[in-house]
Amino acid sequence: MTQKPESANEKTKSAAGNYAVTMRDVHKWYGKFHVLKNINLNVEVGEKIVICGPSGSGKSTLIRCINRLEEHQQGEIFVEGIELSHDIKNIEIIRREVGMVFQHFNLFPHLTVLENCTLAPIWVRKMPLAEANAIAMEYLERVKIPEQADKYPGQLSGGQQQRVAIARSLCMKPRILLFDEPTSALDPEMIKEVLDVMIQLASEGITMICVTHEMGFARTVGDRVIFMDNGEIIEENNPDDFFLNPQHERTKLFLSQILNH
Amino acid sequence: MDWLFLDAAFTGGSRDECSAKAGGACWAVIGERLNLFTYGFYPVAERWRVNLSLVLLIFTLFPILFEKAPYRKYALHIAVAFPFVTAWLLVGGLGLTPVETDQFGGFMLTLVIGITGIGFSLPIGILLALGRQSKLPAIQIFSIGFIEFIRGVPLITLLFVASTMLNYFLPPGVTFDLLLRVLIMVTLFASAYMAEVIRGGLQAIPKGQFEAADSMGLHYWSAMRLIVLPQAIKISIPGIVNTFIGLYKDTTLVIIIGLLDPLGIGRASLADTRWTGLSTEVYLFVAIFFFISCFGMARYSQHLEKKLETDHKR
Repeated sequence: MTQKPESANEKTKSAAGNYAVTMRDVHKWYGKFHVLKNINLNVEVGEKIVICGPSGSGKSTLIRCINRLEEHQQGEIFVEGIELSHDIKNIEIIRREVGMVFQHFNLFPHLTVLENCTLAPIWVRKMPLAEANAIAMEYLERVKIPEQADKYPGQLSGGQQQRVAIARSLCMKPRILLFDEPTSALDPEMIKEVLDVMIQLASEGITMICVTHEMGFARTVGDRVIFMDNGEIIEENNPDDFFLNPQHERTKLFLSQILNH
Repeated sequence: MDWLFLDAAFTGGSRDECSAKAGGACWAVIGERLNLFTYGFYPVAERWRVNLSLVLLIFTLFPILFEKAPYRKYALHIAVAFPFVTAWLLVGGLGLTPVETDQFGGFMLTLVIGITGIGFSLPIGILLALGRQSKLPAIQIFSIGFIEFIRGVPLITLLFVASTMLNYFLPPGVTFDLLLRVLIMVTLFASAYMAEVIRGGLQAIPKGQFEAADSMGLHYWSAMRLIVLPQAIKISIPGIVNTFIGLYKDTTLVIIIGLLDPLGIGRASLADTRWTGLSTEVYLFVAIFFFISCFGMARYSQHLEKKLETDHKR
């Protein structure tokens, strides 16, 4: 089940084109702190990947490298076959195709829910207002809050805000969605409503990479679970084997800590 | 109160005539000098141009300040032409009799300097604030240098520089209108303060807002215009209006380089032997004018803050 990284000489740009995301020998440092160590990862189109690991293990940094919110210093990252480099044009193309949902929602407080959703389609995709509004309403219905369209984010609960954030990402019709601990900042009773939306999305064929500790979610929708510790990918496996038969000591320790309470 | 109104004399040809009539304030001086206070030495035959400019100003400001003004969209586009039309009206040329800017004076001069400063210092201040946070070293160094230099020098010094020093640097024979120089200096001075006020607002914006904008693929300028600046400026409104009010009152400093603002006109009036000793009336009148303008700005800022409140803290 474990995907072996290809050997270095075989790596060509065309091979990266078949994957949604390809990371090869990626390293990143914050000053002297080595936060990502030799990351190799291929994500198939339509695959759902769940990344977990103790805090400070570099999992958020890893997915933030995929849309260049963080810069990697060594190695190569291809998204939809396009290499992430200093070329701002490529970065903008990739960001258009990659949506991101944040732990703290990051909705724009001065805009209504509807305006939050239509902003990127109008200004990045140059979509006419009426069309953008129609698409936004469609996705707000999908996340089950069309009636909140004219409210401001500050008037909504955390779970509602996170669902708006998901709808906002979807309005750009991204090919890849990144989730950075989408339920960690929510009250327990609101986690379910957000996970329900994510599970429904997973059934629709979009490529998803989720940093989350929701193990139930990982089991339901994950094609692959990746365990990170100290900036390294320690273990990757399908969810069933990952949870029932972890190979690595650190994985076992981590699972015993999050499952035994 | 008695002194102000009941015992006051409102007509008369000199101080002596006033005190013969009543024991209170002698407002006759204001009445007689009202045109001087308003227009300075602007030629009497051309004063309609000043009045027309004021009407244009009101018609321009109204749609800018109030969202519910009729035809606001079109009015905002037309507003761009306002500075040029007004400059043409006031200075003349192109079919109008030219008026030298040293004939400007009184409240009209205050408004010209104040509104020019307010109108231009906000955009320049925003650019400087963004420049100060820029990742491009050249822009950052220029912004920091500019802000710190201007803030480190008193406005009066800059005005003296404007009135005398610039002549040394310009090639001989090139004249550069004194009022224009003052306008530039006052605007630059206010811009430096504005930049720091807005930088405070920018720093209050959570990093997540920038990240959300970036992750959508918005360009730097779109992200700033649509997401960061609307929030930063909203936070900065009290500071921005504070700077506006400070700038507006600082226009009285131009008296030092010989421009006759209302205070200058007031002093000139008091120098007239018929009106000596009426300084209370004259300065009170000027103070009331400034208070009304500044209080108006302060009230509008409160109105704006309320209107932009979207937090709905629960």
